[in-house]
This record gives sequence, C-alpha cells and structure tokens, in this order.
Amino acid sequence: MSSVLLITIRRLRAPLILIILIFALSTAGLTLIPGVDDAGRPWHMTTFQAFYFVTYTATTIGFGEIPHAFTDEQRLFATVIIYLSVIGWAYLLAALLNLVQDKGFQQAVTSSRFRRSVAGMGEPFYLVCGLGDSGMAVLRALDRLGYRFTALDKDERKIQELEIQGFSNDAPGLVADARSPETLAAAGLLKSECKGVLSLCDDDETNLAVAISASILRPGLSVIGRADTATTAVSMNSLGTYRVINPFREFGDYLGLAMRAPDTFRLMSWLTSVPGAYLFPSSPTRIPAAPGHWIVCGYGRFGKEVIAAVRQGGFTADVIDPAGARVEGFRSIRGLGTDIDALRNAGAETACGIIAGTDDDTANLAIALTARRLKPDIFVIIRQNQQTSNLLFNRIGANMTMVPSEIVANQCIAALRTPLLAEFLDVVRNKDDLWAYSLSERLRSLVGVEAPRFWSITIGRADASGLLDVAKRLSQPISIGDFTRSPDRHDDRLLCVALMAVREGTTIELPHDEFELALGDQLLFAGRSDAERSQSILLSDASMAAYALEGRQEADSWVWRTIERVLNR
Amino acid sequence: MNLEKVVFAFVVILAATLNLGFVYGGISDPGHHPLWQLFAATVVSLIAAVLKLGDRSHMGALQLASSLVVLLQLIVASLVWFFAGQTATGLPSASALVTIVSLSAGALFANVTSVIIMLIDTTAQRR
Repeated sequence: MSSVLLITIRRLRAPLILIILIFALSTAGLTLIPGVDDAGRPWHMTTFQAFYFVTYTATTIGFGEIPHAFTDEQRLFATVIIYLSVIGWAYLLAALLNLVQDKGFQQAVTSSRFRRSVAGMGEPFYLVCGLGDSGMAVLRALDRLGYRFTALDKDERKIQELEIQGFSNDAPGLVADARSPETLAAAGLLKSECKGVLSLCDDDETNLAVAISASILRPGLSVIGRADTATTAVSMNSLGTYRVINPFREFGDYLGLAMRAPDTFRLMSWLTSVPGAYLFPSSPTRIPAAPGHWIVCGYGRFGKEVIAAVRQGGFTADVIDPAGARVEGFRSIRGLGTDIDALRNAGAETACGIIAGTDDDTANLAIALTARRLKPDIFVIIRQNQQTSNLLFNRIGANMTMVPSEIVANQCIAALRTPLLAEFLDVVRNKDDLWAYSLSERLRSLVGVEAPRFWSITIGRADASGLLDVAKRLSQPISIGDFTRSPDRHDDRLLCVALMAVREGTTIELPHDEFELALGDQLLFAGRSDAERSQSILLSDASMAAYALEGRQEADSWVWRTIERVLNR
Repeated sequence: MNLEKVVFAFVVILAATLNLGFVYGGISDPGHHPLWQLFAATVVSLIAAVLKLGDRSHMGALQLASSLVVLLQLIVASLVWFFAGQTATGLPSASALVTIVSLSAGALFANVTSVIIMLIDTTAQRR
C-alpha cells in the first residue's frame, strides 16, 4: 500500500468508527420502536428497512417516511438520528480537511507523485541535483535538446519554479536532500534509462556525496559534478567522475581565452552555444590586443582567476578591492570600483578595459557606468551573478557580459550532448587564433548562422552494418570525403565538417577528406541536422551507401547483384 | 499495558464471541438464532475491519484479510435473512435459516483465525 493511503486510513480511523456506531445505534433503535401501518395495525420496521432509512437520512438524501408514515415516537427518534449523523459526517469532513492541510501528508502526496512519474519514465533522462541558476540553465538546454530529466533541490521554491518554467515535457522535481542515496534512487538513479547525473549544488559536500553514491550504485555512469574547492575536485576525479566543473576556474579559463586568443574564444563560444542560438561574426566582441592596461574590480575567488587570465593575456592591471588585498605583481588600490577617485587613481582614463567582477550585481553595474563616464570607449567586461537582473545587463550594453552560471551550464551541456564533443573542446582550448579562425569560417560558410548540431558516429558492426556491407565489395577503402556525400545525389556534399576522429585511443583533429575509415573508428561531426539524418541512412542502408560511395544504383537483391557482377566482368 | 491493544483485542474477540453466539444452536431452529446477535456481530466486525486498516506489517495484512472474509460472509447472511424465504412472522424459513447459519459459521471460522493470528502476534512480541 502506498504511504498516502496508509496515512489517510490511519487518520480517519476514529471518525469512521464513530459513523459505524451511529449507524448501528440508529438502525437498532428504528427496528425496536413500534409504528403503525396504513390500516392502523402495529408494525415494526425490519432491520433492513431501518438501515435503508438511516442511510438516506444520514446522507441528507431524505426520501421521506417509507414504507408507512411514522408515528411521533418514530419521528422523535429520527430527529436524534439526523443530529447524530450530522455530527458523524462533520467529524469525518473535519478530519479529512485537517489531513489535507497537514504538511507531512502533502509531502507524502508530492513524493509519491514524483516517484510515480519517475517510475513511468520510459526514455533516457538525466538526474539533476541543485537548481541554482546553472542548474536551471542546464534544465532549459536539456529540454531544448529533447532530453527528459528529474530534478532534486533542497529549496521548495526552486521546485515550484520548475512548473513555472513551462518545459515541453513533464518535469518531475522533489524537495529533498540529494545527499541521501534513497533520494537519488527515488529520482531514478537505479533506472537503466538514467543516462547521467549532474550535481550542481552550491555546496561541495552535497556534490561529492552525489558523486560517491552514483559511482557506487551505478559504476560507469557519467557524472558531472561541480567542485568549488580543489580538494573536492581531487576526490571527484579519483572517483572517476566524468567531468568536474569548478565555476571559478571555468570563468577564469574563459576570460583567459578571450584575452589570449579572441578567435579561439569565439569558436569556443560557438561550439558551446545552446541549440537554436545564432552565430554572429562580431559576437562575442574581440578584446583589444595586448599590450594594454586593465582595471580589475573585486578580488575574491573570481578575482584571482581574473588576475591569472590578465597575466596570461600579457596585460598590465590595477586591482581595486574594498579590503585592499595585496596582489603580487600588480598595484592594488583600496576602495570600491564605484567611486570616481579610485577609478581615476587606477588609470581609468588611459586603460583599455575594465572588469567589473564583484559578487554584487548592483556594484558591477555602477562600476561599468562610472568607468564609461571617465572614458566612453573603455572596453567593459561585466560579471552577472543573478539571472533576475538580465534586463539591466542587457540594457547597459557592456562589451562582454560573463554569467558564471551560464558558463557552467554550457560546459555541462557540451559534455552531455555528444560523446566526443567535450574532448574536442579540450583540443580547441589550446589552439591559436589562426587555426580557430579558419575553422569557424569553414563552419559558418557550411552551416549558416544557426548554431550547428553535433553528432558522433561509431564505425561498428552494429551501428554501421549497411556501410560495412558495401565496404566489403569495394576495391578501395572508404574515406571521410566519401562519407560526406549525399545519399540522394552523388555529386552533392552533405553540409557537415568532420571535427575529430578517434582510432584506438589516439585522436586526429580535423581529419582530411582522404582520411580512410577503419572498423572501430569514432567520428565527431558538426553540421546541419539533415546531414546528420543522411549520414545515419548511409550507415544503416547498404544500397543508399553504395550509391553515395560509387555513384551508381546497386541492385537490392543478391541475385541481381550477381548478374550485374557477371555482366561487368 | 497499551490502551490501543486492549481496544483492539476487545473488538476482535467480541466479534468472534457474538458470531459464535449466533451460530450456536440447532441449525434450522429460528428460536436459537436471534437477529440481534447477527446485527451486533456484523457491526462489531465492521469496527474490527476499520481498526485493522493501515497496518503495514505482514500480520496486519492477514488480519485485514480475515476481517474482509468475515464481513463478506456476514453481509451475505444478512441479505439472505431479509430477502430469502421470510415467513409471515418475519422470521426466515427453515431452509433459509440453514444457509444463514452456515454462512455465519464460515464467518466464525474467519473470526477465530483472526483471534489466533492476534495471539501469535502477541506471543511473538518481546516487549
């Protein structure tokens, strides 16, 4: 029996017994009290007739005095019955209302509803713990990619927000502590449909606990965990966590890339952009090249990463910090970035850019406005902490807005979308501007302004049966160039680019058209969605593959193929 | 001593005794089977069933099942009383009474089962 039903029955025991007693007393009384029939002879109700009368009177239906009109004694007792039964029903109703308003009961109801919808989840889904800004952004992106998910958060308001968000699918969420393995199991961790776990809570302890539970209960499952401190990151890595994300480091890396290699940064932000986004050659804006002078406002955990990024980019900088923290190699000024004196002191009139990176959104906006007043063409990088202040940040028109939660979400999505994409992004991170520029131009000319789709392909016996079938009959091996031909017209090329190939553990980035495919190769492609469809047809359908590879229509049946072969000889 | 246990045992045993009181006597003799005893047995069995609802344990499930059997038998017996073979005196005919008494004898068996389960459960308790 479900716990909801159990609680209901237990709480309603007393009123139910009272009602039974009232019914019994009333029925017995009516049977005993003498009446007269139509002819005036003495008459007794049978027990069944009495029970019938009590039933329709107690439920206020009131069919009247049947089978014969009552005597006054009977009417007196009927009055007692009416009052008694009203008390009984009122008690039952009050108990019910009390129960419905009970916090524990409501929790039992929502929890059982959650369990039911998780149990009914028949397609692949992800388990997301922690619905902060980045957690919500991940959910939105998962929804747009067409994945299902279940969500856990300690905060009731976050779970309520799930319903407000308007996801295209049912979004089951539960208010619970993700540290308990039972909660994770209730959210579907043990189900084979669960494809991955994302733990994005803002305390490391919970994230580590989730990673531990997941690695014990489902070894080999992809776990993405957020780790704010280095020690947590080390523990997570030793658990075999698929990807460990440190928001501060991620932010610093991003900024560092933007300062060091603007084109690589642009390519990165294209590759990690959410599906349905648009690519602009001018976005994100290029940071002015080194050398130059920057002003960094705020020196906390983010600030440290920002300084590292500035140093990497080969810039000089002055730090403005309310605590006046000492930064090695840079001048530090005590003060808020919002006062003109501190900014002027830091050289705002000659600086090439300012980074408003405090953890207070209002302060960041004020810093940007003040700096613009001192030098209208100063390059402004602004950190946005809260999604709710979106409107202000859009209006202020900073040259670059960095939202840490969004960066984390994009990294998560990139790691989940396609198996090889995360590895490819790691490759891109270390590339120079020229390489990145040529690739992004190639992508843009092929795919257009809409963000590309990514897919990966394994040349395996199960996945590529059609292609391998054709390969057996061909004289020369199949190359990537052949594999990007259209199955509809031999001379047409599919609108896609091979980004990476993996063969026996070694990765080949941007393989050439002449790259010959072998059994067991894994390939990562980027391109239009119709190219993805065409390639999946090429993989599975032998006659389509034969046409695309050889440029001629091949017979479907073995007999005709044999005849053709004899004729060709 | 736990008041809840006292009430529970009281109701379960009372249901069995009332049932026995009704069944006891010559099977077709209306004088031996008063309607009131059947009525009381049914009401007390109903209360026993409600008391047994919502118990998670295995014993609780058995208890509830035996109570449901009792109710089924007794309600059918009452229906037979009112709708099959009533004579001019308002009492059931001999043949109808045989059915009624045998039905409630079945209920008695279920009631006794219920008492036995309760006894086993009590002896298994170490507190």
